[in-house]
Amino acid sequence: MSTLEIDRVRKAYGNLEVLKEVSISIGTGDFLVLLGPSGCGKSTLLNMIAGLETVTGGEIRIAGRTVNDLSPKDRDIAMVFQSYALYPTMTVRQNIEFGMKIRKVAQADRDKAVKTASDLLQITHLLDRKPSQLSGGQRQRVAMGRAIVREPKLFLFDEPLSNLDAKLRVDMRTEIKRLHARLGTTIVYVTHDQIEAMTLATRVAVMKDGVVQQLDEPQAVYDRPANVYVARFVGSPAMNIVPALLEADGTAVIEIARRPAARIGGIALSADALRRYAGKKVLVGIRPENFSIASTGSTAPSLTIDFDVVEPTGPDTLAVFQLGGVEVTARLPPRQAHAGREAGLAVDTSKIVLFDSETETRID
Amino acid sequence: MRSTLSLKDRFSRWLPRLVLSPSLVAIIVGVYLFIAWTGWISLSSSKMVPKYDFVGLEQYIRLWSTPRWETAVANLFVFTVLFLAITIAIGLLIAILLDQQIRAEGFLRAVYLYPMALSFIVTGTAWKWILNPDLGVEKVVNDLGWTGFVFDWITRPEYAIYCVVIAAVWQSTGFAMAIFLAGLRGIDTSIIKAAQIEGASLPRIYLNIIVPMLRPAFLSVIVLLSYISIKSFDLVLALTGGGPGNSTEMPSTFMFSATFRRNQMGVGAASAMMMLMTVAAIIIPYLYSELKEARNEH
Amino acid sequence: MSTEARSARRAHQFGRLFIYGSLIALAIFYLMPLWVMIVTSLKSLDEIYSGSFIGLPQAITFEAWEKAWGQACIGTACDGLRPYFVNSLLMVIPAVALSTAIGAINGYILTKWRFPGANFVFGLMLFGCFLPFQAVILPMAQLLGSLRLSGTIPGLVLVHTVYGISFTTLFFRNYFITIPDELTRAAQIDGAGFFRIFFSVMLPAALPIIVVSCIWQFTQIWNDFLFGVSFTAGQSSPITVALNNIVNVTMGRKQYNVDMAAAMIAAIPTLVVYIVAGRYFVRGLTAGAVKG
Repeated sequence: MSTLEIDRVRKAYGNLEVLKEVSISIGTGDFLVLLGPSGCGKSTLLNMIAGLETVTGGEIRIAGRTVNDLSPKDRDIAMVFQSYALYPTMTVRQNIEFGMKIRKVAQADRDKAVKTASDLLQITHLLDRKPSQLSGGQRQRVAMGRAIVREPKLFLFDEPLSNLDAKLRVDMRTEIKRLHARLGTTIVYVTHDQIEAMTLATRVAVMKDGVVQQLDEPQAVYDRPANVYVARFVGSPAMNIVPALLEADGTAVIEIARRPAARIGGIALSADALRRYAGKKVLVGIRPENFSIASTGSTAPSLTIDFDVVEPTGPDTLAVFQLGGVEVTARLPPRQAHAGREAGLAVDTSKIVLFDSETETRID
Repeated sequence: MRSTLSLKDRFSRWLPRLVLSPSLVAIIVGVYLFIAWTGWISLSSSKMVPKYDFVGLEQYIRLWSTPRWETAVANLFVFTVLFLAITIAIGLLIAILLDQQIRAEGFLRAVYLYPMALSFIVTGTAWKWILNPDLGVEKVVNDLGWTGFVFDWITRPEYAIYCVVIAAVWQSTGFAMAIFLAGLRGIDTSIIKAAQIEGASLPRIYLNIIVPMLRPAFLSVIVLLSYISIKSFDLVLALTGGGPGNSTEMPSTFMFSATFRRNQMGVGAASAMMMLMTVAAIIIPYLYSELKEARNEH
Repeated sequence: MSTEARSARRAHQFGRLFIYGSLIALAIFYLMPLWVMIVTSLKSLDEIYSGSFIGLPQAITFEAWEKAWGQACIGTACDGLRPYFVNSLLMVIPAVALSTAIGAINGYILTKWRFPGANFVFGLMLFGCFLPFQAVILPMAQLLGSLRLSGTIPGLVLVHTVYGISFTTLFFRNYFITIPDELTRAAQIDGAGFFRIFFSVMLPAALPIIVVSCIWQFTQIWNDFLFGVSFTAGQSSPITVALNNIVNVTMGRKQYNVDMAAAMIAAIPTLVVYIVAGRYFVRGLTAGAVKG
């Protein structure tokens, strides 16, 4: 069993509160990603789980045991750092064994553990090198090797891929995913990269200003963002947030400059919500891929707009236009959009999310 | 929550501070307490042995009415101005010249810098010999046929202080050079290229663009050379012994002779406090600004 | 080649000539005193008084060196510089080792185990780098007296260690601050404690700054004169004090060759260190510009 419970945890430096009653709990084998921009408190939270920062209030439990006052070495955790933090004067082998040496593990067992880990990570041929002789990706593997041999209850990753170049980052991401699948360990992973969160996590906690905005499966976070902040943070290009007026029958009316307003009906909404928001301003969230070129005879609601800018990316084209007074991006198949031209677009209403225009939280 | 900390954990939390404390005590006693002690003596009537009475500023009044101290202060002023100006000028010149992709740069740098590794006593001894008018430089030039050449500053009270300047410049130029060179190496070379493309000549580029960018290096050099000049003691003693007469007396030599030779401990302490205050007035703002900048960077 | 290009090239060549010419002239100026010291120390006294100053000796003689090393009179004793050279060694070695070790652990604490007020403590120590020692000589003499260390080598070791801490702490603090904190955190998670991290992780990574600190301290302490002349007398003096005494003897015909040989003997240890490890010496020097 290696669960993690973060129970109303707070952190303050003097009067400055960086974490406000954060509660997260995950089960054995979960891959939790703490996602957020720098300064949101995600690294502080990770350091508190590791025991590198003190807890101001609340409780952290690893495998059911409260660890608030335990020193890092007694928490049964391993950590991989952004800068890898390999001991520069030790060889790869010495780096990996250092922790075991301190715990006085017998030489034979140490050798076995080093062999298993280095085979798994394919770094056996590097064991006698110094960290300075390794590439970034190799250093990353060694850092993971050092974590693996501890066989901890909990793995902590602090932005482990942000020092790698784009190509290597994708490869290592796959590597980490494979490792998680093979070892089945519980992982807490901090990143500001929403793609890493989407691809790796079983649970994502989106954080902002020391508060968890949403804790859910990645796909759920993507499809049903809890608020405008999460909607904009997850997904690239970001979800379009367009002001609209909600009519009594649930149709959202969006103004379009110099053209008739778009009327988008058929948005899934509870009767209660409809009653509360009828006749009021709301925010309509539409993912770029939920637009398509309207085909004749389709029943989907459509709107007529003029494209401003068109950016081909290869597999598809990003088309930018004005909608409801804001800039909106649509992801369309290649060669279908042309800058300066008029076009009719259809919207997949089943994917549309509505937000309260005041609180910016999702309306269900 | 805190109370659950085990004794061991609490000990390990305090361990770093515990290990640091002997050093801190040593510094507090050796620097601050001792300064306070000297300050106290300077307010007492101590002569040969310390007396712990209080006579107010009497020793300071006596100090400032001693002609010898006035000479020392005047000398320090002349010395500091010349020493700084010449050392900085030559140091900067060498640094700029060395920054022009010079062959054997490492060797040349070592040549300019080696005097810094010598004791001021060695420097003083060597220059005393070189400046000796009977057998030194003056004689060499005379022997070359320039018989009218006179270079006897070290024997003339009104000029002897300039001999101290020469020797001090010789010893410290390398230091100024090293800091300026480090500053120059930190400047993005594309700035020089950009200015060249605009048609500026190299001397102009250095004068108008590069040298102003060396402001932090200038600050360091000025502060540290001032400090060297205020405490310079060994060099004067070895080169001129404070003479001829007491024409090259400096505050540092004055303090030493008052305290250890003339049994005027109170006056000596007062002169030491004057030196300390001068240094503090230069160094504390400097350290403060350096530390503040350093903090902003992290 | 166009005339413009030609004149540009000529200007460039002239510039190079000027640069090299100035550098070489300056180099000669800086080397001259060393040259004069060496050639003078190898001449006989008669040759010196016959007016040879800058030229090579007619006949090389090590007489002056032998005299300076073993026979020259310092005060009433005529044993040369040798005993004082030994004094300086006995003073320098423990003082360098102690102050460097203390500086290393201080720098480690001040960067990796920061506590409230750590910056203030560092500031307190830093001022010690710029202390005019005149301000502490009197009480230090009193303290050494009451510890019965007046005029002894251990007394000088103590003084140099205390006033060396400021600089060594500065060196190590500025070095360790460039080592990412994640390294100590990783070691903590690996289960290493305060001393284990220091000895297994930090110290092995600090080799260059250890060299810098040792060289700096060695040069400073070997070259010190003020403490030596203030706290010791006669037989227990360090070499700088003895050298000054030799040079300032005023009896009889001045033995310039012996003076120069003596100065060379006092200078050789630091010069050798400088030649062998000049790079580290410069680093120590520029570290005085606090941020280094």
